[in-house]
Amino acid sequence: MFAAETIQKFAREVAKYPADQKQSAVMACLAHAQEEKGWLPAEAVEAVAAYLGMPPIAAWEVATFYNMYDLKPVGKYKITVCTNLPCALSGGYHAGEYVKQKLGIGYGETTADGKFTLKEGECMGACGDAPVFIVNNRSMCSHMHPEEIDKLLEECK
Amino acid sequence: MAMLGSINGVLMAGLDGDNAWRLKDYVARGGYVQLRRILENKLAQEEVIGEVKKSVLRGRGGAGFPTGLKWSFMPRSFPGDKYVVCNTDEGEPGTFKDRDIMRYNPHAVIEGMAIAAYAMGANRGYNYVHGEIWELYQRFEEALDEARAAGFIGQNILGSGFNFELFAHHGYGAYICGEETALLESIEGKKGQPRFKPPFPASFGLYGKPTTINNTETFAAIPFILKMSGEEYLNLGKPNNGGTKLFSVSGHVNRPGNYEVPLGTPFATLLEMCGGMRGGRKLKAVIPGGSSAPVLPADLIMDCTLDYDSISKAGSMLGSGAVIVMDETVCMVKALERLAYFYHEESCGQCTPCREGTAWMYKVVRRIENGQGKPDDLDLLNSVLGNIAGRTVCALGDAAAFPVQSFTKHFRSEFEYHIEHKTCLVPKDVQWAGSGFHRIPA
Ligand SMILES: Cc1cc2nc3c(=O)[nH]c(=O)nc-3n(C[C@H](O)[C@H](O)[C@H](O)COP(=O)(O)O)c2cc1C
Ligand code: SF4
Ligand code: FES
Repeated sequence: MFAAETIQKFAREVAKYPADQKQSAVMACLAHAQEEKGWLPAEAVEAVAAYLGMPPIAAWEVATFYNMYDLKPVGKYKITVCTNLPCALSGGYHAGEYVKQKLGIGYGETTADGKFTLKEGECMGACGDAPVFIVNNRSMCSHMHPEEIDKLLEECK
Repeated sequence: MAMLGSINGVLMAGLDGDNAWRLKDYVARGGYVQLRRILENKLAQEEVIGEVKKSVLRGRGGAGFPTGLKWSFMPRSFPGDKYVVCNTDEGEPGTFKDRDIMRYNPHAVIEGMAIAAYAMGANRGYNYVHGEIWELYQRFEEALDEARAAGFIGQNILGSGFNFELFAHHGYGAYICGEETALLESIEGKKGQPRFKPPFPASFGLYGKPTTINNTETFAAIPFILKMSGEEYLNLGKPNNGGTKLFSVSGHVNRPGNYEVPLGTPFATLLEMCGGMRGGRKLKAVIPGGSSAPVLPADLIMDCTLDYDSISKAGSMLGSGAVIVMDETVCMVKALERLAYFYHEESCGQCTPCREGTAWMYKVVRRIENGQGKPDDLDLLNSVLGNIAGRTVCALGDAAAFPVQSFTKHFRSEFEYHIEHKTCLVPKDVQWAGSGFHRIPA
């Protein structure tokens, strides 16, 4: 199911917790699984549960509770825009509208070529750098004004 | 640059260059000297806690609870595992200070946690890091590796016989996990649903073991307090409000960012440090302590000093020190609509008053904003929020009610105008003009 490298990452996570608390690693393992697969298909969630020796339902509860897990396929680049109030005061709302216009999609949608998914996000703890985006859950982009947005979209090949 | 400005900076002083976060640089700044001193001199646990008590360091995560007192609740002689947990799940809208501490001074957090563990007899710890700052979670893991290799954490630290294992755990998008018991559930690999208190974490915490949870900024202050003495730290601030605090300033100022200033600094001074209001526009309102704190109109906040007592006297909370500044281009109904949406989205759903109440509040504020408000909607909002306060498992319910209560109280006429005229007092072309977005889409 998973690449050897991903399994190694799983093992590293499990080692952080007491021997009888393997379930604690579920969040990190699901995140690594998602990174490998691009999203979290049912088999991946269940394989993580099996790896950790926990009931599949317990892994599902976690996968459905936390917003950054993608239980449906997403575009190659998932762009999450923070539109919460502190960011909106400094362009967060407008930045989202600008990306929507450029990509021709709304929040929660994916472009027809499968390249971009756009999501509306909540405070990322970076409001001083607004507008703020996160690409593929991993890399944060600050001060996303039109020129920066154009550049980002171009760099997403 | 770590700080845009500071007065008597402590936590964020001397952080120059790209490697400021590295162990080598931290040690060159005097890092880990306090941990070594405590271990080599076998300082009594009470003595360490006593110093923290003297400093009147109040928790920097939002509630402002005295840290030394909290530490004294831990059953130090309880046999078996005991935990210290750091709350870096910074998701309170407006707050971005812990991110900069993680970015520029992660070893201060590690040293602070190790000292805390020693003082409370804990042997394991976790730092719970907001999932959205992935790059800094990775950096923290690297800092942990450095500290481990140098013998500052792990087994038999600096030959003292004291053991403290410390790891990082990341969130993955759930504001509620900032609440301390939801955070513990989350570390246990479950949904982040808060626990009913009591029992408090000091008696039943992570995996049911005694646990103390503090905010990142709280832990980071510890080595500095022990270096300068509790009394000196206290005197940096004002009585009952010890030390300096990081303020995250967002919104309509010229230089949004983090500023470290002594507690008790006038709000006007902070505003000046931020280069004043963007475009020279007029200050309308400030949320002084993160989105869960009641909003204050300009005239009230301009008279405040930045400390727990002054802000609370004015009817709000210092909270996490997130200062959200709004100028006259802001429609208060629209601003509240966005916050109401946030609490509705982030309610974990286990208590009916919070789950249903946040949904109702969002629905009513949205219809007022959209020009479909009804004459008795403000009364309706009041009764909904009255049904949340004090009837929930955790403080998110109250946090959701405060903005609604304070916005409709201080800016009631704007809400009434929306309801009566089906439109906004602030002309559409002026709204958001303060946002500074270079090309506003049509
Ligand atoms: C809904 C909610 C969200 C919270 N979010 C955070 C947070 O992001 N960071 C934090 O340190 N404390 C947060 N808290 C407060 C914690 O529950 C806890 O009081 C704090 O971490 C204790 O640390 P301190 O005493 O050092 O402030 C939150 C509380 C609630 C009710
Ligand atoms: S008050 Fe809201 S967020 Fe807190 S436990 Fe209840 S439902 Fe969950
Ligand atoms: S509100 Fe957008 S990062 Fe905080």
